[in-house]
Amino acid sequence: MGQKSHIIDEKGYQRTLNRLAHEILERNKGADTLALVGIRTRGEFLAIRLARIIREIEHKELQIGFLDITLYRDDIREKLNQPILKGTQISFDVSGKDIILVDDVLFTGRTIRAALDALVDLGRAKSIQLAVMIDRGHRELPIKADFVGKNIPTSLEEKVRVMMKEIDGKDEVILIKEEKG
Amino acid sequence: MIRMSLVSRHLLGLEGMTKEDILLILDTATTFREVLERPIKKVPTLQGKTIVNLFFESSTRTRISFELAERRLSADVVNLSADASSVKKGETLKDTARNIEAMKIDMVVMRHAAQGAPHFLSTVINANIINAGDGSHEHPTQALLDMYTIREKFGKLDGLKICLVGDISHSRVALSNIYGLKAMGANVAVCGPKTLIPRELDKLKVKVFYNVDDAIKWADILNVLRIQLERQDRCFIPSLREYRQYFAVTKERLNKFGKQITIMHPGPINRDVELSADVADSEHSLILQQVLNGVAVRMAVLYLIGTRS
Repeated sequence: MGQKSHIIDEKGYQRTLNRLAHEILERNKGADTLALVGIRTRGEFLAIRLARIIREIEHKELQIGFLDITLYRDDIREKLNQPILKGTQISFDVSGKDIILVDDVLFTGRTIRAALDALVDLGRAKSIQLAVMIDRGHRELPIKADFVGKNIPTSLEEKVRVMMKEIDGKDEVILIKEEKG
Repeated sequence: MIRMSLVSRHLLGLEGMTKEDILLILDTATTFREVLERPIKKVPTLQGKTIVNLFFESSTRTRISFELAERRLSADVVNLSADASSVKKGETLKDTARNIEAMKIDMVVMRHAAQGAPHFLSTVINANIINAGDGSHEHPTQALLDMYTIREKFGKLDGLKICLVGDISHSRVALSNIYGLKAMGANVAVCGPKTLIPRELDKLKVKVFYNVDDAIKWADILNVLRIQLERQDRCFIPSLREYRQYFAVTKERLNKFGKQITIMHPGPINRDVELSADVADSEHSLILQQVLNGVAVRMAVLYLIGTRS
């Protein structure tokens, strides 16, 4: 492993999620038509967290779903191995809802492109908005997040990892610099 | 992320397939079952792949099921059936296949009357081959969808008692089911008249019943096979009437034992020959569930093979 630097610590992590929740509510004037859709795997847990925070603020239970975008990827034949399908779980009708798509890191934009295609196949949402924990730049498609936890300018040699309690045991965002050679 | 793919780049049969591979297919099929419930039952996964359905034997259900599965994965599909092709003009299987491959295709789904035809094909062309039934040898996707349907209802396969009833000798469905179910730890039996049960069967370590009442007493699930009318010209059974008398699965027979038995049938059914109509349409029948699951299981197989690198 290369050099690590910590971008967001545990306290900052919670504050960032709180702010994102407030921004989402502010922009949509409440939670009446909102539904959250997390992109598996990490977006799934962030969506659950955001739903919890929104419930505390608005006293309203949001509908929440999870999206597996594997079947929609444009690089599926170039990967060395096949990703395991985890399946999409969206038990509500997306039509007429304001969907907040949640993911951990926004990078090339290709994952979001696939997620948009997948969502469109499920019905006609009133709007789809994108919330990400980290925007690290290097877009390859014209895609922009509506809600960003933090912008981190990165080089292509660097990796951003959004850690979370549910998977890694702690909440933290780190930047890893690959060592050359 | 954990990543896995199938061991083989073809699906020729279930003989020798590992439990892990079977589980991977069944688990993947669960995802595709969800896709089939959506308003838009289509995903772009196999965009740009060309699949040829090469059917040298007639088939309705299997061909439509494969074709739907292929189209729902956005593959380009070409259908070729033997009676409308150059096969009639005397072309060999090898030449037919090579010519089709020269047109840049990625996968061939083949049904053929000769045992081993898909295995042969896999040695002469580079495309991925999926066996959609070869003679009386194997029909792997049918057995996979049977296993998927059983698992969907019972939540497991190991420990269950499944009996295949009917013409075992001529049944590729039976052989694939035996291989697959045994790999998954199920108890497998067959039941039928002696003339329709191959002698070599004891090598596969399956139970044999010559009396359908004994089979019903033993089993949790009966997978009733079609009496292949077109193959009865060599007098394996005296008459359909007699077969029905002794081996048909009927309500009266099932009621004798006062237990609930799940009924499956790979189709097409000869109603009131091997299976009485009231049993086929009863609440314990999974027959239509099998047909629905068939599309999902075939999508899983096509996905796992078509995106394997």
